[in-house]
Amino acid sequence: MGDLLTQDFLAAVISGAILAGMPLLFAALGETISEQAGLLNIGLEGMMLFGAYAGFNAAHYGGSSWLGFLGSLIAGMAVSLLMVIFCVRMGRDQIVVGIAILLSMEGLTSLLHQVQFGQSYPRLDSVPTIAIPGLSKIPVVGPSMFTQPLITYIGVALIFAVAWMLYRTNLGLKIRAAGWKPVALDNAGVDVLRIRTIAVLSTGALAGLGGGYMAIVVAGVFVPFITGGYGFIAIVIAMLARGRPVWVLIGALLFGVALSVATALQLVGINVSTDLVQMLPFLAVIAALALFARHTMLPAALATPFVRGQK
Amino acid sequence: MSDATSEGILAFGAPARPSAVRRGGSAFWRAAVPVFYGLVAGGVLLLVLGKNPLAFYWTILENGLLTWAGLEQTLIRLAPLLLMSAGFIVAFQAGLWNIGGDGQFLMAAAMVGGLGLTMVNAMPFWLALILLCIIGFLVGAAWTVVPSFLKAYYGMNEIITSLMMAYLGINLANLLIKGPFLTKHAFIPETEVIPFNYLLPYIPGTNIHVGLIVALVVLVLVHLMQTRTAYGLRLRILGANPRAAIHAGINVKRDIMTAFALSGGLIGLAAAVEILGVWGYVRADWNPAFGMTLFAIVFLAGLNVMVVIPFVFFFAVIQIGGHQAALEAGLPNDFLLLLVGLILFFMVLTEWARQRGWLSRRRKEVAAGVELKPEEAVSSG
Repeated sequence: MGDLLTQDFLAAVISGAILAGMPLLFAALGETISEQAGLLNIGLEGMMLFGAYAGFNAAHYGGSSWLGFLGSLIAGMAVSLLMVIFCVRMGRDQIVVGIAILLSMEGLTSLLHQVQFGQSYPRLDSVPTIAIPGLSKIPVVGPSMFTQPLITYIGVALIFAVAWMLYRTNLGLKIRAAGWKPVALDNAGVDVLRIRTIAVLSTGALAGLGGGYMAIVVAGVFVPFITGGYGFIAIVIAMLARGRPVWVLIGALLFGVALSVATALQLVGINVSTDLVQMLPFLAVIAALALFARHTMLPAALATPFVRGQK
Repeated sequence: MSDATSEGILAFGAPARPSAVRRGGSAFWRAAVPVFYGLVAGGVLLLVLGKNPLAFYWTILENGLLTWAGLEQTLIRLAPLLLMSAGFIVAFQAGLWNIGGDGQFLMAAAMVGGLGLTMVNAMPFWLALILLCIIGFLVGAAWTVVPSFLKAYYGMNEIITSLMMAYLGINLANLLIKGPFLTKHAFIPETEVIPFNYLLPYIPGTNIHVGLIVALVVLVLVHLMQTRTAYGLRLRILGANPRAAIHAGINVKRDIMTAFALSGGLIGLAAAVEILGVWGYVRADWNPAFGMTLFAIVFLAGLNVMVVIPFVFFFAVIQIGGHQAALEAGLPNDFLLLLVGLILFFMVLTEWARQRGWLSRRRKEVAAGVELKPEEAVSSG
């Protein structure tokens, strides 16, 4: 097992975990905000997918990865607008609308890509990385962890920004109230639907960014269904993190390790089944839940529409 | 909430209920409207893309419905789709979000495909087929035990746990196929192949395997269970208002576990029928992913196992004929997903319009004993 700990292997695991973990981080962070506001966003994967598509196109035609990220952010928000209209304003069932968003975005992005590019898959230039002075000089960990595109650092910073926003600001208090006790928020004279709208739009922006990260930074190309279930894993991470962004960071990186470690092992000549390794985090979580089962701390009003004057 | 739900529960036992056929009929027409709008919207999109929508839809009909070979394909596809829909409906009516259907389906498929040849060789093939169907059912049911246990005893959200079990199931099915069930005779990892003449027999005079009949019989049984048994009523109360179910003295824990298991079992049976009727083997990484689209369709059908039949049939036509239509139009197959998504959006919209604009008509319906779905009861109360 000695060669397992070679520098190459460690470096591959770390950079792989970050590449696979960042899209999860963005999306799960977004899901956290909307869950705290009382909206279960099953369509997260659809928002990521459209973000990936739009981000790729913006970067492809605009020639800049920043245009790409901006495009994916706006695209994610645009899709989440559907959720605002149907779930927040009209009070429709969130799971049905979420699945509608997922299916239509899967179909739409695949369709648009085919019409635009046919069977060709143009590639983007790789995104320039920034080495953090000092830290990036640490052997092994430095180059793999602290030499990243700027968007990666922004993502990690967003974790702390959202944590601060949710638990230290007035807006965060209102968002959490919208999920835990919307009636109280309404009685306090705050427009619950407006707060939920803000939350859902931020979710869309973050999910879109997550998708954009996959297309622009990780793959450098858009292929249909590129998000491959990451949106659902992000939902799981957000639910396990129970509203605490720092746990989103930890969860995203753990799942990132699991999703990428098989490739890293192949790099050092050990062939393990990808299927087996990808099972491990789910297995661990299920085992933990079964052994230390307790009530999940989900917002009380999750997945229920708010209509004034009811209840 | 309290008076709204009492209204909803009263509706269950209202004396002047219209017949099941009439209610089913009106539910069908309600759902046909969004389907029409969805197809029109999809047609507009085709026009924008410079394709002929009428030709596109005609090709779907021609290849999925109007030729005998196409119709046979559609009817063959109907069997697993109907069983899986029934599985979802059992859970959803009891208020249980069984999101993990694809994992239950693939685990059952892997076990049935993996054990198939051995079983067929060891005993009369009709016995083997029956046992394999039972195995499929049991595997699907077993795959729900963790989520339903955690839900029943610890109140843990089943969306998250059944989703995780789905990922586990998809990966574990692959591991089984690439490991203990791997055949030596193929280059691509897959299970041993059950010989063609040992698969489910055809309905006489056709090339459609008897899985379709199994599915229809199961659907009728589920319908009777839901409408004619105390168990069915308990599940509906559980779905309408879990707290009321506890107060009514219902053993909620037991009913959650059994309903979830029945749901997974029907999905497992769907897999068994598909493997034993069509394929005879399972290939690694095979995942038809029926789950999410069927999710949409059972909602469209108002969670009614009888109403769901025409919708699943319609969906099977689109799946079978749409393949050729997409090919001819130079569009990806995934266009059909967009179509289903659009239909779903229009369903949500028309439901909303109905509640808003024709509230007075709805009141009359309530008075006439047409049941309210719980969420409608809440928002109109």
